[in-house]
Amino acid sequence: MWIAQRASAAAMAVFVAVHLATMIYAVRGGLSAGEILGRTHGQVAWLLFYGLFVLAAAIHTPIGLRVVAREWLGWRGRSADLAASLAGAGLLVGGLRAIWGLYA
Amino acid sequence: MPDLTVRVWRGGADGALVSYSVPRQASQTVLDVVTWIQRHLDPTLSYRFSCRVGMCGSCAMTVNGAPRWTCRTHVSRLGGDEITIEPLRNLPLVKDLVADMAPFFDKWAEVGGPFVAKEGVATDNGFARVEPASRDRQAVDAGIECIGCGVCYSACDTVAWNPKYLGPAALNRAWTLVNDRRDGARTERLTAVSGDAGCHACHTHTSCAELCPKGLSPTLSIAGLKRATALATVRGEI
Repeated sequence: MWIAQRASAAAMAVFVAVHLATMIYAVRGGLSAGEILGRTHGQVAWLLFYGLFVLAAAIHTPIGLRVVAREWLGWRGRSADLAASLAGAGLLVGGLRAIWGLYA
Repeated sequence: MPDLTVRVWRGGADGALVSYSVPRQASQTVLDVVTWIQRHLDPTLSYRFSCRVGMCGSCAMTVNGAPRWTCRTHVSRLGGDEITIEPLRNLPLVKDLVADMAPFFDKWAEVGGPFVAKEGVATDNGFARVEPASRDRQAVDAGIECIGCGVCYSACDTVAWNPKYLGPAALNRAWTLVNDRRDGARTERLTAVSGDAGCHACHTHTSCAELCPKGLSPTLSIAGLKRATALATVRGEI
């Protein structure tokens, strides 16, 4: 889990930087939400980029939440593991749905 | 200068701070203060010390909120006229200023603290040849001077949050053995420090390195263990 969390963090460092730079560029150019959606439709590169971004977040977040539950809330055992896993699954499903909305 | 107002933890876990007035003396250490209270005000005060010169590490207590060797903490360097002295944190309390060190040393055993000789490393005369300037020997040197005082363990937030966490000193010990080319229990040791309570639980707060009276950096040792266990996992060794 430690390796998974560190690897996903390293990947997200790149994803977040690219995401923020893209957002700033898009906003400065005065693009509307509709125009942005028009540009992302059918773009496999953006689908892959944000798909991997969501995957990294869905791996990274539950591992961290599990630690927070154990250390800050004293919540340990299978119930905490399950809750953290559900949070990760929720991120994965919600994130992928949003990306599909951008692409399709 | 006015006398010192010294608040000392008395009793067990449900005890309380008791205030004493202690006269100042030249080159007075916090251990001198505790000893003065016991000899002049209350002979029932319990505390632990041995060498009085910073060699044994047995007089560690929490002074003004931070764990320290009381024999090496001069009152003049603390500043002010008030001192609060409590037992080491993160350990069961026996009485007054005496913490039970058993859990601390149990964790040294958990990480495989004892040296296990590897076969075939010793030369004909029975000694292994270890180059002092070699990288692994220098890594051992960086952590080997630990005398097990428990200051780092008491300072560690992660131990406070996760009582099973092995803690800085035990992990530092493991790191010195992992870097010892004569050691024959590397795999077992890396496995022992890889669990939920092992090196990966460290948040790198660096309180251990900040407060270690010997100037060691258990944080660095723990980072080394993280790397070593990750590599061993990738290679399928653990």
